[in-house]
Amino acid sequence: MRETTGERAFRIIVLVVLSVFILVPLWVMVTSSLKPLQDVQGTFSWIPKRITVEPFVSMWTTVPLAHYFVNSIIVCTVATALSVTVALFAAFAVSRYRFHGRSVFTTTVLSTQMFPGVLFLLPLFIIFVNIHDATGVALVGTRLGLIITYLTFSLPFSIWMLAGYFDGIPRDLDEAAMVDGCRPFGILFRILVPSARPGIIAVAIYSFMTAWGEVLFASVMTTDANRTLAVGLQLYSTQVNVYWNQIMAASLVVSVPIVLVFLALQRNFVSGLTAGAIK
Amino acid sequence: MSSQSIKGGNATSAARHRRSRRRGWWWFPYLIVLPAVILEIAIHIIPMLTGIWMSFVKLTKFYIRRWNEAPFAGLSNYRLVLNVDTAQGQAFAHSFLITCAYTVLVVSFSWILGMAAAVALQKTFRGRGIWRTLFLVPYALPMYAGVITWNFMFQRDTGAINHLLVDQLHLYSDRPFWLLGSRAFVSVVVVAIWKMWPFAFLMLMAGLQSIPSDVYEASAIDGASPWRQWRSITLPMLSPVNVVLFLVMFLWVFNDFNTPFVLFGRATPPAGDLISFHIYNASFLNWDFGLGAAMSVLLLAFLLVVTLVYLVILRNRRDLYA
Repeated sequence: MRETTGERAFRIIVLVVLSVFILVPLWVMVTSSLKPLQDVQGTFSWIPKRITVEPFVSMWTTVPLAHYFVNSIIVCTVATALSVTVALFAAFAVSRYRFHGRSVFTTTVLSTQMFPGVLFLLPLFIIFVNIHDATGVALVGTRLGLIITYLTFSLPFSIWMLAGYFDGIPRDLDEAAMVDGCRPFGILFRILVPSARPGIIAVAIYSFMTAWGEVLFASVMTTDANRTLAVGLQLYSTQVNVYWNQIMAASLVVSVPIVLVFLALQRNFVSGLTAGAIK
Repeated sequence: MSSQSIKGGNATSAARHRRSRRRGWWWFPYLIVLPAVILEIAIHIIPMLTGIWMSFVKLTKFYIRRWNEAPFAGLSNYRLVLNVDTAQGQAFAHSFLITCAYTVLVVSFSWILGMAAAVALQKTFRGRGIWRTLFLVPYALPMYAGVITWNFMFQRDTGAINHLLVDQLHLYSDRPFWLLGSRAFVSVVVVAIWKMWPFAFLMLMAGLQSIPSDVYEASAIDGASPWRQWRSITLPMLSPVNVVLFLVMFLWVFNDFNTPFVLFGRATPPAGDLISFHIYNASFLNWDFGLGAAMSVLLLAFLLVVTLVYLVILRNRRDLYA
């Protein structure tokens, strides 16, 4: 189909304006991470006058960044794995069975999405403290508490999206498998999971990103022992000097892996949204 | 909604047949849905009910250690927050209005930018994948990394924004503060849009993929302009996406805590005092958790009412056209 001049102009303007909007902060992040401390403490310059990799070396010692990194990776990986597993089972039930309380369950789960985090932050904190006093299981200041909390954050979206995905898989396949003697778990793992792979990948990415970027609960539930990157990165500016070059270097290092993974799998994410959310 | 109707339509002999064969397995769905139910109850429902209870007690710093001994306060927390003659009530009302303005601006600009980008990338052309990837970067970026960078850019003496506006464009004679005073509102809105619009883009792009291209071809033969096509094809075809997108964005943006928290740190300017941030500060800086809980409950009630009204209006409109 041919394109009119107006369409072309519209496209060029939109692409240029939005690219500048996106790229300016990214440019600032990358270039500032390569500047010596002196140069980020004076007037800003778009092009670095001197280039150094020193921020990438000293950022590990200014704050225990490696420790926070390990915490974030463990918390987010375990929370994602559990969240996807729990969501798979729940979505299987919602999509393939009609049971008592099914609609109550789906409505309630979805409506938890609108709860303000500050409403259950403090009660949850108090409950965790009491569980510790009663049973000795430490949930505040440990990775376990964060894992349990984070895995519920992505659960509503994951269940909803996977149930949508499963709904799109013909039931004839289930029937055929059942005739061949498949048990329900066999149907889930041999039929639904393989066909819903893009949806599962999308849900896993979403869970991981939600946990990786969470700040509110991390700021209350973490101590030095289990501090995640989300809170750890802010500690650079409480030092005597504000090490902006190191902050930018650290921001870059914590972003690059997750951005690359997301961009590599973005097709799954888009097709997951199309099948699950948009029907 | 639609899954419900599919289910209703499918309740034929096959389904009955299946159910009878699984009679011994009636407990199976309950079993596999159980982990999700337990987690939701433990992490969302019980804490929420506890939060509602907390809003009726005087849970100040004297009772933090012995919170179960806190005296019953009745409605006094609510009365204090809703009374605009008190300092707390005034601050709460101010924060609420700021948040409303913030939400309207962030949601509408994010939608406009996301729609513009999705339409601009609708037709194939060389390099489309690169733009699409670039536009998704702020979404994939951990939220605090992006906001910390903006914080650096908004610094008065060392930031990029003032360098551009003052040193290079000479728009101001004096270096303005972007994270203090009334300009803080502009800053937090810009950062939130930067972070949010790629999500709108993602959803709208996914929605556009489900519109068959022959609809456009047919209308182009009829001589419809691109603007007309957008209004008569794209927009109506995207309305299921928009329904979800607006609701989700509204809830996220209204509850937004991260952006002001990372952007402003401890020094909250009143112009950037968004409601979640306000409640957090009221609870943890002033150690008055009962008051904080009352404000959270009011916030939840507001979100609930808006969501219900939104869904009812949509349902009525749909019935009208159906």
